[in-house]
Amino acid sequence: MLIMRRRALVLAGGAALLAGRASAQAARASAVLADPVYPFVLPPLPYAAGANEAAIDVATMELHHDKHHAAYVANLNAAVKDVPQVAAMPLSAMLAKLPELPEAIRNAVRNNGGSHANHSMFWPVMGGSGGEPGGELGTAIARDFGSFAQLKDGFNRAGVGQFGSGWVMVLADATGKLSLVARPNQDSPLMDAKRALFGNDVWEHAYYLRYQNRRADYLAAWWNVVNWPAITERYQAALGGKLAI
Amino acid sequence: MAFELPPLPYSHAALAAQGMCQETLELHHDKHHQAYVTALNGFVEKNEALKGKSLEEIVMLSHGKPDMAPVFNNAGQHWNHNLFWQNMSPTSGGKIPGALEKKITADLGGVDKFKEAFKAAAVGQFGSGWAWLVLGTDGKLKVTKTPNGSNPLATGEGKALLGCDVWEHSYYLDFRNRRPDYVQNWLDKIANYEFAAAQM
Repeated sequence: MLIMRRRALVLAGGAALLAGRASAQAARASAVLADPVYPFVLPPLPYAAGANEAAIDVATMELHHDKHHAAYVANLNAAVKDVPQVAAMPLSAMLAKLPELPEAIRNAVRNNGGSHANHSMFWPVMGGSGGEPGGELGTAIARDFGSFAQLKDGFNRAGVGQFGSGWVMVLADATGKLSLVARPNQDSPLMDAKRALFGNDVWEHAYYLRYQNRRADYLAAWWNVVNWPAITERYQAALGGKLAI
Repeated sequence: MAFELPPLPYSHAALAAQGMCQETLELHHDKHHQAYVTALNGFVEKNEALKGKSLEEIVMLSHGKPDMAPVFNNAGQHWNHNLFWQNMSPTSGGKIPGALEKKITADLGGVDKFKEAFKAAAVGQFGSGWAWLVLGTDGKLKVTKTPNGSNPLATGEGKALLGCDVWEHSYYLDFRNRRPDYVQNWLDKIANYEFAAAQM
């Protein structure tokens, strides 16, 4: 019952948030996402597959979204479908409570649930035209990283340094404080009840068709398609403690 | 003596007809493996404790030590790829010699079951890593998997006879997201079982 009530609150909160921002963000879907619930669905790309051509080719976008992300969603649904007490949780709760989940599905939820959260965050923080964020977010970046150039440098280094598959992300807490993390495989900051403001996927499938072994070139080019208006929207939600995933 | 990239024991195009294209082998051997060798030499250069040690010794002494993770990653990947190139054959790929087949049947329940288990390990290795056919310390064959740059030498699981690289760079140009198809093809058409049998 407790879980069901919380789920309802989360859904209502997400809906209200989306409605409240609809007018300001009429041109594109909100980057502040509702907490996903079972049965999980693959969110559509919020732009055409060619929208990130300045960094990512169409074939990579299609494979990444239509095949890789879709497989994670299918595997996550399969993992929880017969475990109602887990299926009743929103995604953020599944990941935050991983150690309490039945051992038989814990790894599948970690990997596929983490993937679903990471990729759901990933699509809307792209589709932009890069540049440098201003306003409150720009101020926070200067405060927490020294400068935007230093953030980019640290982010790119962390991305190159993540051995094997993984992610590099900037986290935002409810006070607006920013921090940089690299995580292996599909481990999500939600596992530590933290929130990614934005992040980049450094699994080889994210860049191999265009960049092959040159991960550093991919990381450098990626900033050309970063969507700062969308990330600013996520930052405002984080400040209000309303960034679900 | 610095570590060196061993030459491929066949041409870059030699496995193209079997499902591993020339570009994959050029990138995999000349770029990825080379980068591991270069990085490993850089670490050895800066660390007196590593100088003069064999590759096996470096893998063993760096395993499980968080402060030596970058050394382990690159040493492990050098060791893994040295084996990997020998684990593939343009001439006898996929053909299992009689003695090995007998042992696979005795220890793993038959060739089909071995391939199913190997595929399950390869597909179940979430993220980057390797699937292995190992001769265990008990003298029996077994199938295992390791993440990233680890291997049966480091884990002490036995002698690696066959290792299949399931980092996406091994198969993305040829198979895209379809890792199960890559592994099935590798087992059926590419794997050098004659080399594996000779290691027993």
